Amino acid sequence: MKKFSPILLPISLFILLQTLISSGVLNPYWQQIIQFACIITISSLGLNLIYGYTGQFSLGHAAFYGIGAYTSALITKTFPHSGILIFFASLIIAIIIVALVSFLIGLPILRLKSDYLGIATLGFGIIMKVIFDNADAVIPRLGGSRGMGTIPKFTNFTWSFFVTIGTILIIRNFVFSSLGRACISIREDEIASECVGINTTKYKTMGFVIGCVFAGVAGVLYAHLYTFLHPSNFDFLKSIDVLLIVVLGGLGSISGTIIAAVGWTFLLEGLRVLLPPEILDWRLVIYPLLLIVVMILRPKGLGGSIEFKFLKSG
Amino acid sequence: MSYFLQQLINGLQLGFVYALIALGYTMVYGIVRLINFAHGDVFMVGAYIGYFGICYFHLPFPVALAFSMLGCAILGITIERIAYKPLRTAPRIASLITAIGVSLFLEYFTSLKFVFGPNYLAYPRPFKVTTFYLGDVSVSTIQLIVFSVAIILLILLQYFVQKTKMGMAMRAVSFDKETASLMGINIDGVISLTFGIGSALAAAGGVLYGIAYPQINPFMGIMPGLKAFVAAVLGGIGNIPGAVLGAVIMGVVETMSSAFISSTLRDAIAFSILIIVLLWRPSGILGKRETEKV
Repeated sequence: MKKFSPILLPISLFILLQTLISSGVLNPYWQQIIQFACIITISSLGLNLIYGYTGQFSLGHAAFYGIGAYTSALITKTFPHSGILIFFASLIIAIIIVALVSFLIGLPILRLKSDYLGIATLGFGIIMKVIFDNADAVIPRLGGSRGMGTIPKFTNFTWSFFVTIGTILIIRNFVFSSLGRACISIREDEIASECVGINTTKYKTMGFVIGCVFAGVAGVLYAHLYTFLHPSNFDFLKSIDVLLIVVLGGLGSISGTIIAAVGWTFLLEGLRVLLPPEILDWRLVIYPLLLIVVMILRPKGLGGSIEFKFLKSG
Repeated sequence: MSYFLQQLINGLQLGFVYALIALGYTMVYGIVRLINFAHGDVFMVGAYIGYFGICYFHLPFPVALAFSMLGCAILGITIERIAYKPLRTAPRIASLITAIGVSLFLEYFTSLKFVFGPNYLAYPRPFKVTTFYLGDVSVSTIQLIVFSVAIILLILLQYFVQKTKMGMAMRAVSFDKETASLMGINIDGVISLTFGIGSALAAAGGVLYGIAYPQINPFMGIMPGLKAFVAAVLGGIGNIPGAVLGAVIMGVVETMSSAFISSTLRDAIAFSILIIVLLWRPSGILGKRETEKV
């Protein structure tokens, strides 16, 4: 049997969706939802690398998402007429800044274990939210708690889609490299991996920084998709959303994360469409109920350990 | 100096409210190793039950307080039975996610119009507020009530945990669940009791918070809940005196930083202290150091 080329699937999916968009079957509202699903997928894949593969519990993912969004938005807003090149430059600069911040934060706090690490990252998330809220005192352009508007709209479907594909490829190749295997061994047993000579601090920090960078990339796309940023877009609950997706998708499963991220976005938006207006208020009541039921019935996440074939090694 | 003392009193008031919430976090964590994210929302429900008790049933304040504590104890036990008990043997992250689900459910369900409604409500003050002056420092009856209710409850809890048979069972379960069950302790009963007591204390905290900062809404529990949780970690999670110490530190730091540094930065300062303390003493101020076992 001829081997199915993994390159065909994303390309055919892209062509299908792009045709639907160009022909007007998907209205701008749904186009935005699709792009948002891509952004959430990127960010969730980042957290999956941190928590699912490296086993480091992080409750502050949205902080890095926010750092990426604000950094890049500041750059593109400062040079509004420079075209797509400045967007690309802002993406690179945002990646560097997020990597730097996550390295400086990760190095000390990754010494903490499980719940304590979660609490420290949660604390960092709240500190960043306060900083976003008060950022206009230092740089007025960042808008602080009034929000940051009129960001040029650069993100389109092509960008979101191909950055997502790139993220999937990078994460997949990282996980199956020797570096990734070191990260997985830390998740399984930190002391044992230390005993076989793995520099746990190095690999924990590496996993954390790479995961956070993807949150930052998602933030860059988010900022230039919605063209408006508000500190409440990056609060504690947003970190929780990503954590939910990663757990629902199954820890350490790329396919599970992708499915959960897309499913989660469409569930929340779909309920908005499906529910009659009288009970629209129930949308956010039904969602946590579903969450509780799913967790009780499938405590290891919906996906568990399934993986698409082309995402497997070998 | 008098300004400093005044802020210290205000900080203690906030700290004691946090302490009542933090106790529930710390007790539950000590026994089932679960960060009960829904606890802050139980605190919110407690504030609302107190509100209805005072406004609609015209109960005297102590009765309304007891009513609210009872209501929340039942709520806490129900949540444990329905949402956490089936997951006791599952990976710990599963119950954490369920706790988040319960938290979101309580917030959004209570903000439906026929439940509590999404708006802010002004909390009634069931007694006349008078202020006493000691030199330049003022203490209001509200602060005295917050202090006395909190201290009485803390002493009762300490007595219960240290001196009664059920308290001893609770400590045993928190020390080693399996051995405790071999000694004939009813684990399920102890866990329910822990959730009940923790939720009742949170309800008391809610009512006191309501009369001290007279405005409530269904999302009021998020921030105090997080801060009380942080306070519990600060003091050493699983440790009852530690939770009170951590909460008082948290309340005083928060009030002091709004008074002397900046009110917008107070959360950042409080959480920075948390991170520094965790790096310096990873198991909290009064927590036991856990040795790594291979």
